[in-house]
Amino acid sequence: MYSTRYILIFVVILTSVVAIALTGIREATAEKAAQNEDIFNKRAILSAVSDYLPGGNTVSDLSDQDVLRIFEEKVTQYALNMEGEVIEGLKAEDIDMAKERKKPEAERRLPLYVYEQDGNGYYIVSVRGNGLWDEIWGNIALKEDLNTIAGASFDHKGETPGLGAEIKDNPAFPAQFKGKEIYDEGEYVSVTVRKGGARDPQHEVDGISGATVTADGVTEMLYRGIKYYEPYFEDLRSNSQQGMLIQTEE
Amino acid sequence: MAETAVKEKVTREPMLPFGKKERKLITDPLNDNNPITVQVLGICSALAVTSLVYPSVVMAIAVVFVIGFSSLFTSMLRNYIPKQVRMIVQLVIIASLVTVVELTLRYLNYPVYKQLSVYIGLIITNCIVMGRLEAFSMANKPWRSFLDGIGNGLGYGLILIAVGVVREIFGKGTLFAGSPIELKIIGPTAGYLINTTDNAFFGWYVNNNLMVLPAAAMFIIGIFIWIQRSYNTKLVDVS
Repeated sequence: MYSTRYILIFVVILTSVVAIALTGIREATAEKAAQNEDIFNKRAILSAVSDYLPGGNTVSDLSDQDVLRIFEEKVTQYALNMEGEVIEGLKAEDIDMAKERKKPEAERRLPLYVYEQDGNGYYIVSVRGNGLWDEIWGNIALKEDLNTIAGASFDHKGETPGLGAEIKDNPAFPAQFKGKEIYDEGEYVSVTVRKGGARDPQHEVDGISGATVTADGVTEMLYRGIKYYEPYFEDLRSNSQQGMLIQTEE
Repeated sequence: MAETAVKEKVTREPMLPFGKKERKLITDPLNDNNPITVQVLGICSALAVTSLVYPSVVMAIAVVFVIGFSSLFTSMLRNYIPKQVRMIVQLVIIASLVTVVELTLRYLNYPVYKQLSVYIGLIITNCIVMGRLEAFSMANKPWRSFLDGIGNGLGYGLILIAVGVVREIFGKGTLFAGSPIELKIIGPTAGYLINTTDNAFFGWYVNNNLMVLPAAAMFIIGIFIWIQRSYNTKLVDVS
């Protein structure tokens, strides 16, 4: 049997050695890891507008440098508050959606990326919600009419591979969102993921068999998440000269 | 030529011998003492990650690394580890190696890290790792413990990948989905090797949704155990 003194000394030495070693490795890799993460997030945002990338590329064709360059040249970043006002001096990429979700609704900040290509603007909004096991999130690109979806990309923290994880792994799932409309005759309806197959071609997409909870999570996330941007879109619409693109006035 | 061979033998033999006994440490867990099908350890992660082959392969590599090096370090410290806190010490070693794996993946391939971050954490809870540390490394020399760890990691990985192959082919009709070398085997569109829509023979075929669920892994492992025991009769428990 070992004395308490020995055990204490042993444990203290072991934990210190391990802590120092891990901190060292972490520090040595931190910069590259942060860079990797930044590029990964930017790729996710760009994949929402994958149909409109320069040169007809898809996101996976782009090199890391291309991603950073496109972001530099073609993307304007805004940070919004819940009243739809632009927060000065804050970039969209500095907003951590996971942290924002923990705040009371009125205090949240929203990232907005405006991507421009061939004279067209695309408004990319970020949404976040709950899947079956953990959080899910996504980026939705809206066309200039602020109604038609130009593309979407999703990701998740821990959904089941082959089931819930299909929202990310199966490119056919996000592709379904292209061309869907979030307004029905001027009324906000968002897009619904329908179990057993979409019935309304304008506002619904097919669900994933075996992943109903994740699919419902996507529906819920889209409904709430896009609605947060409503005040800002409202301002955009009333400010723009030909802003009657939504069918409200008809 | 002969001289150098002799020299090498002389310098290497005492440090890292690789004789019959050592080879057995690697090959035994592949069949006679397989951690999953014979020791029945590590079942939980075998059910969780095997719905696709690619995560199974990465998981297998990560486990081989973690179990090999935690066996090595535990064995090196075995005479100094106080018996009262040995479990905690083993956990510290395993957990720090898992963190090393995680940090390395973040550094080298962020998308794969993102995809696997949940499973990487699961290695800590994998009973094979701690089982081998307790049963072998605490009582054996570092080199042999290292080999035993690698062997058990490989035995685990072998079953993991085999289950993954069966589940992915019959559940999704693909192989290595999510990796750069994705293969489309059987499915209803032209991109697949066997296109079920205009194939007279496979027209009836649809993917089996049960295969995607963890329960399928249980059946498949069961079938593997059956097959293994019908060939390897010394494993059959007659009592």
